[in-house]
Amino acid sequence: MTPHVILRVVSKLLIPLIAMFAFYVQFHGDYGPGGGFQAGVILAAAVILYALIFGLDEAKKAIPPSWVRIGMTLGVLLYGGTGVVTWLLGSEFLSYGVLTPDHPSHGQHYGILAVELGVLLAVASVMLAIFYAFGSRQPELSDEDW
Amino acid sequence: MVPTILLDVGLMAMLVVVAFAIVRLKSLFAIVMLQGVYSLVSAAWFVSLDAVDVAFTEAAVGAGVSTVLMLAAMLLADRESRPVPISRQIGPLIIVMVAGFAMFAAIGDMPAFGDPHSPANQYVGMNYIDQTAEEIHIPNVVTAVLASYRGYDTFGEAVVIFAAGLGVLLLLGLNGNAGKWRAQPNGIRISSASAPAARKRPMPEDAPKPPSKPKSTPKRKSSPKTTRKSTGGKS
Repeated sequence: MTPHVILRVVSKLLIPLIAMFAFYVQFHGDYGPGGGFQAGVILAAAVILYALIFGLDEAKKAIPPSWVRIGMTLGVLLYGGTGVVTWLLGSEFLSYGVLTPDHPSHGQHYGILAVELGVLLAVASVMLAIFYAFGSRQPELSDEDW
Repeated sequence: MVPTILLDVGLMAMLVVVAFAIVRLKSLFAIVMLQGVYSLVSAAWFVSLDAVDVAFTEAAVGAGVSTVLMLAAMLLADRESRPVPISRQIGPLIIVMVAGFAMFAAIGDMPAFGDPHSPANQYVGMNYIDQTAEEIHIPNVVTAVLASYRGYDTFGEAVVIFAAGLGVLLLLGLNGNAGKWRAQPNGIRISSASAPAARKRPMPEDAPKPPSKPKSTPKRKSSPKTTRKSTGGKS
């Protein structure tokens, strides 16, 4: 893995940009194309690229598998929890308008934000979890073996 | 209008070429890479059809993550697909031809692209487009439909993704160490005892160590021809 100097340098430059772009896609989803699902996949892709270049063990140090496990449950719980909150506030499941009774459209914004955050967490964590599960199951390959 | 049609036809032709290449190839590594190419070309095609959100997802999931996951899965299996005898190809061929013929027969019933009277452009879809601006106050109708109007569906989607991840974790374990297992990629035998995640545990004597120099392993299954093909780009 040591000889790939160009790959390492370029990916070191790119990985933070990819992660930033994921959050741009996440929070700009109300205005442009994108949203939690796409952002989650892009965020996972940043970590997967890191694992491909620097090795799976390094990636697991950066994003420990336990975080991934917690993240995937937290994401689904955040989505469902938003629904339960609207429920407790006396409206239907996942009707966000009730979050701010004075301005229903503001409530919609908050609700969409929370829900998309849940999707981001769930998708990014699940993608990483599947990658970790498969990637840990084989020895690292030398370049010739590809 | 004409250049757009040319672009669409060109992209479709590329998809067909890539699909035929995938069918004809035997090297699984090349097939996985071509599947990534297929996803990327179809993403470009979705952009040409103005479905930017779908294109975004296709490029990120199809060309990005799923290619890596397929590679990771392929590394646990053989590098080459085994040829299937002709006698076993006839049944699938008949099914594919019948299904393909049915689809071609159904094309006549499809509404034209962008037809304002098609079912997709009437009824509830129009309501979403009309009311998003005053009810939700966000410019992107796709996000409004996805997260608010169809929040139930998206919740179901999130749960499906969660269930998929849970299934993989139950089968393989987060560190790839669930249960006892053995795989023989490329003739190199690896097992639960020799996988990198299990390195810290005491290693049984009979289990082969993770091969640092697989070149010297004489048990390789792949023919020298494919080995040359797959490493040719790097030498």
